[in-house]
Amino acid sequence: MNVIESHGLGKRYRRSWALRDCTVAVPGGQVVALVGPNGAGKTTLLSLAAGLAVPTAGQLAVLDGRPAGSPEALDRIAFVAQDAPLYKNLPARDMLRVARSLNRQWDQPRAEARLAELGIPLDRKVGRLSGGQQAQLALTIALARRPDLLVLDEPLAMLDPLARHEFMAAVMAAVAGDGISVVLSSHVLAELERVADYLIVLARGQVQVAGEVDALLAGHRLLTGPAAETTQIAERHPVVHCQPAGAQSHLLVRTGAPAAQAAQDWPGWQARPVGLEELVLAYLREPGAVTPPPLTLARAGADSKVRG
Amino acid sequence: MTIDKQTDGAGRDGSTAGRRSPIGFRLDPASGVPVYLQLVQQVEQAMRLGYLKAGDQLPTVKDTVAALAINPNTVLKAYRELEHRGLAGGRPGQGTFVQGSLGQPALPQQAELRRGLLSWLRAAEAAGLDEAGAGALFGSVLRDFYGRPGQAAPDDRGRAGQQDVA
Repeated sequence: MNVIESHGLGKRYRRSWALRDCTVAVPGGQVVALVGPNGAGKTTLLSLAAGLAVPTAGQLAVLDGRPAGSPEALDRIAFVAQDAPLYKNLPARDMLRVARSLNRQWDQPRAEARLAELGIPLDRKVGRLSGGQQAQLALTIALARRPDLLVLDEPLAMLDPLARHEFMAAVMAAVAGDGISVVLSSHVLAELERVADYLIVLARGQVQVAGEVDALLAGHRLLTGPAAETTQIAERHPVVHCQPAGAQSHLLVRTGAPAAQAAQDWPGWQARPVGLEELVLAYLREPGAVTPPPLTLARAGADSKVRG
Repeated sequence: MTIDKQTDGAGRDGSTAGRRSPIGFRLDPASGVPVYLQLVQQVEQAMRLGYLKAGDQLPTVKDTVAALAINPNTVLKAYRELEHRGLAGGRPGQGTFVQGSLGQPALPQQAELRRGLLSWLRAAEAAGLDEAGAGALFGSVLRDFYGRPGQAAPDDRGRAGQQDVA
């Protein structure tokens, strides 16, 4: 099942395209990280999926073929925008009341229990809560809707390290407890490695990398060796990013499945595993390098009908 | 890597009501060891040190996820690995429990292996390798031998190109 699936999706604001010709399949039942440089179209894609904006071109379906923005899709998606928009002058209790009357599905006991657990007083005005508490309140409201898909746009950007940890712990607990799917965009690459099952790198509205995090990490290596032999390595393995350093070269290569081969193939070269951060940075530096998504996913994307 | 022995010893009597594990997990973000493997190693370490015995419950997925802010699948992967190694087993609806033990019996060959390693170290020194060089070489061969490319040497990640690798 794909929680977000788009074909040739585009969104234009006045004269400029925020997203153009975007074809992507976001798998469900997982925690999917969406990364990419500023202006890559992450926020636009997520807002379109949440039904907050209408596509200019192309097709977009959510939660296994439901048209984005349709009532049956809206009921099952919860979206927390970048700045956790809340009414700052309302006490937390009234903020819950507002959210409750705006949503068809609402789990009030659960929302109150979460806030009690977090030590957020119901009578305090939202604007007087800390940044971390405001983010937790926005998350509480999102989870009280009992969504199948939780979409988080840059949830960590405004938070201090402790609040970030507590926020992600709460999201992960919801994944463990309710089995919800999560799609989150973030620039905090180091923290994504611990939470994401699946990674999508978006560059200029196009999918540059898509795949299971474990498989991506296992399928790439950082090779260091004599610069003169760089081309021979490149003939053997696709080079994502090459960093010449005098007589030496550092190459991030895609080795495919059995990653251990890379070093043994080339004596004199040192291979070491890459972290998610390194991998993403290498791809962001080389917008031309594209890793094809795994076959199964590409096929699922091509076969299933999408209603726009 | 540290193991926390929780102060309240609930659950040691084997009652399923007290759903507490004798240990709690910690993460070392700088180690470069994949998170699931850190969990596996901490369970093994706790078994070696006697904090965990057969029948003890491992921390629940939900507790671990809430404490460490990691993906639940990572915890499940660690527990699958422990099951694969014959050290733990899942009980439907209850959780994952320790099986067996990890006491390493004193190998009769251990002294001999040690001598072999010493003579290798002397050869390495004679060839001009210092302590760090010998350690790096041994670690590299160790990783190759056990075929676990996922494990990087400590402090090895996130520094692409900043260091000249000898």
